[in-house]
Amino acid sequence: MTSTGPSLTLVRRIKARPSIVFDALTTPEGIAHWWGPDAGPVLAAEAEPRVGGRFRVRFRMLDASEHESTGTYLEVDPPRRLTMTWRWVGGVEDPGESRVEIVLRAIADGTELTLTHSLLHDEATRTSHERGWTGSLDKLERHFASLAQRRSP
Amino acid sequence: MVNYHDRLDRTFAALVDPTRRAILARLERGDGASVSELAAPFAIKLPAVMKHLDVLDAAGLITRTKAGRTVTVRLAADPMREAMDWLRRYERFWSSSLDRLAAYAERKETEARRRDR
Repeated sequence: MTSTGPSLTLVRRIKARPSIVFDALTTPEGIAHWWGPDAGPVLAAEAEPRVGGRFRVRFRMLDASEHESTGTYLEVDPPRRLTMTWRWVGGVEDPGESRVEIVLRAIADGTELTLTHSLLHDEATRTSHERGWTGSLDKLERHFASLAQRRSP
Repeated sequence: MVNYHDRLDRTFAALVDPTRRAILARLERGDGASVSELAAPFAIKLPAVMKHLDVLDAAGLITRTKAGRTVTVRLAADPMREAMDWLRRYERFWSSSLDRLAAYAERKETEARRRDR
């Protein structure tokens, strides 16, 4: 996990075995039962729980507003671990991409679930590094191109 | 739009350090403080405090105004509010979701046990 990126961590103890919790987290039928910030209904749920697969969930809140979240699964390790990117479709409040990591641990009477929702701090840094390199390489390329031009008769 | 996450990132990175959090907490209590007032409670030297203030300034969490030889430091509330809003939004989303997830999984567990019997 990132150390400096902002993140939110929640822990829940659930009286159900990890495989049942994992299915509830990753099947459209399961997702339809719990996804959303209030008791409003899930309108559509799609999930392809494999690395690179996508999820998309549309829900309505009690204030009648509709929202859609989507993302890509980064790690799918049933029934222990699930990581995915997270983005609001057309969302204006939080336009960027974040990351959700869910770890399930078997305990005596069920499962301990730890969820961490964080900004993509490392990814953002990596992208800016890549950009830095790309910029330098472009400059080098231009430099060599101009040298070659000067040398050609 | 990308700036929103960059800003959040800087805010949270600035908040990771306990000395910086203490400085912000001190600023929250009053209408600004001088640099030496801020440095007083800490067992670190003034230049170290200045470095922390630079980080807080870069994150937009404080403003510094100079009058004569005194620099007054004030809290800038907006980035903090933005960071808190981010946390609160997802806390609300996930606490409510996980409550229902737990209830659903526990129902499924009961069904599975009934079937196993």
